[in-house]
Amino acid sequence: MSSKKDPQSLDKRSAGVSRRGFLGGVGLGAAGTGLLERPADAAPAAVAVSGPGPVAITLTINGKPVNLKVEPRVTLLDAMRNHMDPPLTGAKRVCDRGTCGACTVLLNGKSVYACTILAIDAQGKRIETIESLPVNNPISVAFVNNDAQQCGYCTPGFVMATKAFLAGNPAPSMEQVTHGLGGNLCRCGTYMGVRKAVLEAARSMKGAKQNG
Amino acid sequence: MANTPVYNWPPMNTRKVIGKPLKRLDGPVKAAGRAQYASDKKFPGMLIASYLSSPHAHARVTSIDTGEAERTAGVRAVHVIAGPGKEIQWQGTEIAAVAADTEDIARDAVRKIKVEYEVLPHLANDADLSAAGSRGKAAGEVVQGDPDKAIQEAEVVSDGAYGIPIAAHCCLEPHGCVVTWKGDQIEAWPSTQFVTGWAGTLAPNLKVPAANIHVLQDYIGGGFGSKFAPGAWAEVAAILSQKSGGRPVKVFLERNMELEIAGHRPSAYGNIKIAGKKDGTITAWQSSTWGSGGFPGAGSPPLPYVYSNIPNQRRNHVSVSTNIAGSQAWRAPNNQQASFLTCSALEDFAAKAGLDPMEVFHKNAGYTPRAELYRFQLDKAQELSDWKKSWKPRGSQTGSVRRGLGMGVNAWGGGGHACTARLTINPDGSVLLEMGTQDLGTGTRTVMVQVAAETLGLQPGQIKLVIGDNHLPPGGSSGGSTTVGGVSSATRKAGVNALNKLFETVAPAWNAQPEDLEAVDGQVRVKGTPAKNMTWAAACKKIAPGGKIQETGSNEQRNPMGLNTAGVGGVQVADVTVDTETGLVRVNRFVAVQDCGLIINPRLAESQCFGGIVMGISTALYEERITDEATGHMLNADLEFYKLAGIRDVGEIIVHLDIREENDKRGVIGLGEPPAIAICAAVGNAVANAIGVRVPHIPMTPMHVLDALEGRKA
Repeated sequence: MSSKKDPQSLDKRSAGVSRRGFLGGVGLGAAGTGLLERPADAAPAAVAVSGPGPVAITLTINGKPVNLKVEPRVTLLDAMRNHMDPPLTGAKRVCDRGTCGACTVLLNGKSVYACTILAIDAQGKRIETIESLPVNNPISVAFVNNDAQQCGYCTPGFVMATKAFLAGNPAPSMEQVTHGLGGNLCRCGTYMGVRKAVLEAARSMKGAKQNG
Repeated sequence: MANTPVYNWPPMNTRKVIGKPLKRLDGPVKAAGRAQYASDKKFPGMLIASYLSSPHAHARVTSIDTGEAERTAGVRAVHVIAGPGKEIQWQGTEIAAVAADTEDIARDAVRKIKVEYEVLPHLANDADLSAAGSRGKAAGEVVQGDPDKAIQEAEVVSDGAYGIPIAAHCCLEPHGCVVTWKGDQIEAWPSTQFVTGWAGTLAPNLKVPAANIHVLQDYIGGGFGSKFAPGAWAEVAAILSQKSGGRPVKVFLERNMELEIAGHRPSAYGNIKIAGKKDGTITAWQSSTWGSGGFPGAGSPPLPYVYSNIPNQRRNHVSVSTNIAGSQAWRAPNNQQASFLTCSALEDFAAKAGLDPMEVFHKNAGYTPRAELYRFQLDKAQELSDWKKSWKPRGSQTGSVRRGLGMGVNAWGGGGHACTARLTINPDGSVLLEMGTQDLGTGTRTVMVQVAAETLGLQPGQIKLVIGDNHLPPGGSSGGSTTVGGVSSATRKAGVNALNKLFETVAPAWNAQPEDLEAVDGQVRVKGTPAKNMTWAAACKKIAPGGKIQETGSNEQRNPMGLNTAGVGGVQVADVTVDTETGLVRVNRFVAVQDCGLIINPRLAESQCFGGIVMGISTALYEERITDEATGHMLNADLEFYKLAGIRDVGEIIVHLDIREENDKRGVIGLGEPPAIAICAAVGNAVANAIGVRVPHIPMTPMHVLDALEGRKA
């Protein structure tokens, strides 16, 4: 759950924004909290209320601080695509409901769907998008080598999901690959290439580690 | 002096670039997330638009009040699409659109629009023909031979019911565009399969000359037949832009609307009787079919598919108009439905006769337009799928988990569309290739560059390609598998024409005739006199300073000059496992034997086949537009419940592209549709083979499988 915060990251936030505070702020109050939180949790905490208007937030994207003014309801995905200037558009909005993986980014090294994270909740976390990778990074190269893309709209999400997957599974079996990449969907039908690409990326990244 | 251009392809064994499995040229930029799609565009001052759509499947708008929306801070333009009196024919119809500084403001404002409707009766059920009433339009009975007599005299008669539902294209990049309308000039970044034709379709609606509409597109996130026309959203984006004083307006459908209204494949249902002899010879076909592509109805699938020359036939088809958004072309329109209906019925006939369907498809190949081809392919598919060892007669398995094999056939045209390439050779030796075409991810960029490089004797890296701009020489629409044949032929001609001009410039240096020269391996030289050569760069330096050679080449559909042709067939086999307790179907292996012409890039051609098959497996196992009869609402307008196959769901896929010299001589033939046609047929037949009963309706979901096993009507 993105609403579970470690105290440290809460302290770092100047605005002190949390999803709980935001929900209170927009007047969802009793009705909303009944759905989203246990009553005990919903008791007003000592945090400032933000929204519904735009609030100033700072995201750490690809190692750089990004200052934005966005409404608390804006997702991390929309913040990057619509509110940043220039935008970061490698993450795509396809389902917008946490199903297809086209918006996959890394949050503190873990792959997440950027459409399911509020931008305000991503503060204080390390956000890595595909733009942080050089064009010839070993995963993208493996995707090119194995023709693991057609229209390419799902590909950045697959590449980022692969990065997180290989970090935890540096030498995966094919079975593990098809399980680990099961959270990303492609419509052009490139799965045959993706399977091979992930295995090739695993081999070349291990090689790079051994050499370096 | 003047050469008579010869545009044929170089012989198969002399090619240096064509036929090689080059990696796709736009691969690196896409795989690194740097490719900019229209939906990625962000221009200064750009507004984002949001739609209000109809919750009713059939209604008349009685009033609409946009006042509060217009007064919302940050809203820059409101456009009413369906005003009072407008009759709505499907849920999801666009009622109004709002352009605002942010998407959230636009969405908020949309919620403030008050619309009142007079709700009218609707029809949302396309599976039950008896519910259609006057909404069904019969095509008229077609009779050939004497089907009644043939059925009466037959030794074996099979009778089955089959259905393939409406499935959504579900392009990952939704339909939409960014449009800026300033004064009398429009700049548009659409997501389109037809860069060249887009402006001409939009212009009359806006009363702006097509020449004033500049269309640009670098990348498109999927189309599959659903993105030829600008769509109503282009007009809306333009109007909102104009109303907001010429600010760029981005309109892209949200996923629910994308699934509801942006495109789908029509359904097809039918009762089919096949009659024949005990030895498997078919003597008669009788089909009563219907289908719906939403409100406009649907075309008639070509039945019996491929086996079109069955001597005695009776065919009836009804096109049903429902209160569902209209269909769009989908990879081989009408063919998937026809293949599914026909091959399912053929398999059922074989089972009824107690025969191996492979034998029945083989035995009756004389009824196909290309008997020899299909016999060859059936043998090949049999071999690659291990059919003889793995196939068991229908219903002979007893365990709870059962394996089955099934097959399907395909046929498609795929001749090249009309288009024009322009090739420029500069004095510094650089080469520019241009066309107002688009690359859907099919590899259009790559094959164009391969053809130009081959023609000029250069490396692919020496060709600069520019596409995706309607100010360039005209491209065709990327549909019907016509692109590769068109662009490759036009590029070849432009290249040959430009090279001939270069030869005319260079030949005097050797006192040679232009037609005596050739361009090979980065050199221009005199044929047969290797000493008389110069580098490509040196040859190009002979072009007058400040000048350049620029030539065009066009593919003509009526006279492709042997560079491209049409007409391929294919045979596919699905190998599935069915759990009869849970109803779960798994595709283990899928074998596709695909006829083809000259293959410019075997890697990309194989990817096209994989793509068609994966999409097919997805529709065979999971995809179905579920429309609530009572409300006419699409119930699964999201990717959670409109399920697409994932990386685990598609099994192993084996593609056999029949690359041979005799096929190569036919010229280039497109492969976008053919491999996408027969998958529902093959999977459905494999399931029937495994569990012993026909699951009449695609997709092969647990519900449909268990219904069939329990003898319940779906």
